[in-house]
Amino acid sequence: MELNELTATQLQKKLEARQISSSDIFSALKEQWNSSEAKVKAYVRLTDFACLEGDGLPIAIKDNICTQGLNTECCSKILEGFQPPYDATVIRKIKEAGLRIQTAKTNMDEFAFGSSTENSYFGPTHNPWDLERVPGGSSGGSAAAVASNEAIWALGSDTGGSIRQPASFCGVVGLKPTYGRVSRYGLIAFASSLDQIGPITKDVTDCAWLLNIIAGYDPQDSTSVDLPVPDYTQALINDVKGIKIGIPQEYFREGMDKEVRSCILEAISQLEKLGAKVQEIHLPHTEYAVPVYYIIATAEASSNLARFDGVQYGLRVKDKKGGEGRDLIEMYEQTRAEGFGPEAKRRIILGTYVLSHGYYEAYYLRASKVRTLIKRDFDAAFKEFDCIITPTSPTPAFRIGEKTQDPLSMYLSDIYTIPANLAGIPAISLPCGFTKAGLPVGLQILGKAFAEEMLFRVAYTYEQNTPWHRQRPKL
Amino acid sequence: MNYEPVIGLEVHVQLNTKTKAFCGCAVEFGREPNSLTCPVCLGFPGALPVLNQTAFEYALKVALALNCSIQKDTKFDRKNYFYPDLPKNYQISQYDLPLSLNGYLEIETQDKIKHIGIRRVHLEEDAGKLIHLKNESLVDFNRCGTPLLEIVSEPQINSAQEAYDYLMTLKTVIQYLEVSDCDMEKGTLRCDANISLRKIGQEELGEKVELKNMNSFKAVRDALDFEIRRQAELLSKNKKVVQETRLWDDRRLQTFSMRTKEEAADYRYFPEPDLPLFSIPDTLIEKIKNSLPELPRSRLMRLIKDYNLPPYDAKIIIQDKGLADYFEDCFKIYPKAKLISNWLIGPVLAELNSRKLEIKQLKLKPGDLIELIESVEEGQISNLVAKDVLKAMLDAPGESASSIIKERNLAQISDTAKLEEIIQEVLKENPRSVKDYLSGKENALMFLVGQVMKKSSGKANPKIVQEILKGRLKNV
Repeated sequence: MELNELTATQLQKKLEARQISSSDIFSALKEQWNSSEAKVKAYVRLTDFACLEGDGLPIAIKDNICTQGLNTECCSKILEGFQPPYDATVIRKIKEAGLRIQTAKTNMDEFAFGSSTENSYFGPTHNPWDLERVPGGSSGGSAAAVASNEAIWALGSDTGGSIRQPASFCGVVGLKPTYGRVSRYGLIAFASSLDQIGPITKDVTDCAWLLNIIAGYDPQDSTSVDLPVPDYTQALINDVKGIKIGIPQEYFREGMDKEVRSCILEAISQLEKLGAKVQEIHLPHTEYAVPVYYIIATAEASSNLARFDGVQYGLRVKDKKGGEGRDLIEMYEQTRAEGFGPEAKRRIILGTYVLSHGYYEAYYLRASKVRTLIKRDFDAAFKEFDCIITPTSPTPAFRIGEKTQDPLSMYLSDIYTIPANLAGIPAISLPCGFTKAGLPVGLQILGKAFAEEMLFRVAYTYEQNTPWHRQRPKL
Repeated sequence: MNYEPVIGLEVHVQLNTKTKAFCGCAVEFGREPNSLTCPVCLGFPGALPVLNQTAFEYALKVALALNCSIQKDTKFDRKNYFYPDLPKNYQISQYDLPLSLNGYLEIETQDKIKHIGIRRVHLEEDAGKLIHLKNESLVDFNRCGTPLLEIVSEPQINSAQEAYDYLMTLKTVIQYLEVSDCDMEKGTLRCDANISLRKIGQEELGEKVELKNMNSFKAVRDALDFEIRRQAELLSKNKKVVQETRLWDDRRLQTFSMRTKEEAADYRYFPEPDLPLFSIPDTLIEKIKNSLPELPRSRLMRLIKDYNLPPYDAKIIIQDKGLADYFEDCFKIYPKAKLISNWLIGPVLAELNSRKLEIKQLKLKPGDLIELIESVEEGQISNLVAKDVLKAMLDAPGESASSIIKERNLAQISDTAKLEEIIQEVLKENPRSVKDYLSGKENALMFLVGQVMKKSSGKANPKIVQEILKGRLKNV
């Protein structure tokens, strides 16, 4: 086995035992990059594997997390050439923990708007399990990098499933932490009340370790929560006896792929055999999650993206005469018309509309109220259950181009992941089998706010008793 | 006039906190452009706002001083509009849950006491400044993110003078709280007005016009006066007032239309997700309530009652908290209130005005001023000379009145022998005036006193001169 195929935890042990050096790991990753990156296209802009100075384990970073002096463009033309003057809090923490930032950032849907990484200004990333298929999105680059062993581990961001759905499509582990668990300072905002940064890793153990590093209160983020950070690796207990798991019936209706269904049901019965108590539950407001999400997320996005106007940084479109538009309005219009891709424009228009005078009450305000109902569904469920299990996505990875002409069907691929963001609760996706065609299927475990330890325990137990996480694509 | 103006004022006050409302950048004026900025106030991608606790407490102070009810829960909202001085293209403000509502300000206007309702006081952030050159515009973000209070009155103001009195009173109250210097010329206090006219006795409000671009208290009064005349003229000709925003032109002394209602912006307010809703603790409200200083209105009453000052004097003295403090400090040393008041609202204020200084900047200790006053009272120097001594004291801070009087040989001549000499000369030189006096023209006496004063370079004690003169003239 090559070093780049090992987990971060395994590599760290070897480093500490001085069996290997960090340059050995670096070389292995570089070699992998040279052999597969041209096919996978997990990274953007750079053509070579490189890291910032340091001796620790390299880590791949999504293109929407600010890295001082390294381009951070959200895979959008409008942020062309943007180098943040500061590090995101998670980057600072990662550096303090001794990890090395990979200089090439990972591909993503422009501003995290998408579920396939096809909305990137730099073109799509390919799923390492089937290069004709999408890696999921929006953190498709991070998930594909880890799955293809081009990264040991990575950071993604999750607003409606953008860590979990690509983790599921690529056969790796992805966690969306509780809202407020990880600082958002330096994460270029999509929808501020939903966004969270989280780990994408090869197994649950690495996921717990990486959360240890990035979690915690940040005085620079007023939405981060001042609660102590436990050692999440202590929650990696191979035992689910007596754990109460709810299975929401609303998630198992039309639209779910048969093979996905059988993988999930198999996983549930496996957990039951391991001693968990499984019961059907109801989350009655589930059907409203997607519409509520597309109102709240686009409303916030329309405001968050207003700052990309060509005034201070990023793209400023010059007209044919070499000027910057006849007037200010023209400069704004030209810059934004050329700088944003079609999905970004769609969401800005939608978000602007739902906030407009005369529509606010009918859309934004109503959606906010229904969001509370969705949260209450979960509150009620977690009074009785330790966690909830669902599929991560209704289907395995779809073909590149399959859904680009049909935004609505693309939006529906996040139907199982969106509710956790609306409720602010943590959720993890981990591999739970493969389709006949060899595509990974992801299992989603949801817990109550700040109960990441419960998720790690159940996920770890499942992982220790199944072989899926050891499978890697042949590239 | 058959019409009654209905005016509401929207006042913005820049708070004098050390740092900005949502980041740690310093709030200072006159610094190199864009030197007081950071990723947060520049609206860089990924940067997040954190509320400045002091700014919030200052806002609560003002709200409590304006008798507002502090809300249990409050939140911030985003006001969305594109403008290059606003780097995020939204302003963090407060919309439907401002920190306080329903207060009032007691004002004295046209010799009556009136309560003007305060609809709301809320906290928001200021924008940067645009500098327009010939072919380009520059942005200075130093001011961007400075905490700004918005104070909205009820439409209960009924004349331009009343609006002026409201603003002056509001300014004094805020200055007493020491949270802003409220200088309209410097832009630390800005005022927009809403004004409509209705027939006297009519309940229903008329079409309202919003007035902007008034850069002084006087401009607010002038703009409102102009607008009252303009609207009254339209109405009396049975024409309609258009609902619009008009700008005041300080040179042409008139308002002109900026935009009509149809062009009004849709700000798409929604809750600021980066600053979640929060509760205002009762303990904090109590703490701030207890820390409120004495406010101008009650100080006015106290100065009149405790010091027996004429209301006219007291009103001038309480206009400036520093002056009122100075007055009371002087009184502690020298308990003659009216005398101190005369000095303060007379020569001292005149000196401050001509030197463009504030009382706080005055380098004259109350004890030193009292020494000066006493030297007049004791007859050492005349009032006239005293004014020169005051000037000299301000020119050379630290020098006492007595040392200046001594150095410059300004002490009054009360020595009768010396005075007799001068008087003798004056009587000799002015036989005509002597004659006039003796023939019953009392004024001639004052002329002669003046001549003595002149000859003594102002140092002769006029009282003694007058006495001696009278005696001498009797014996002529």
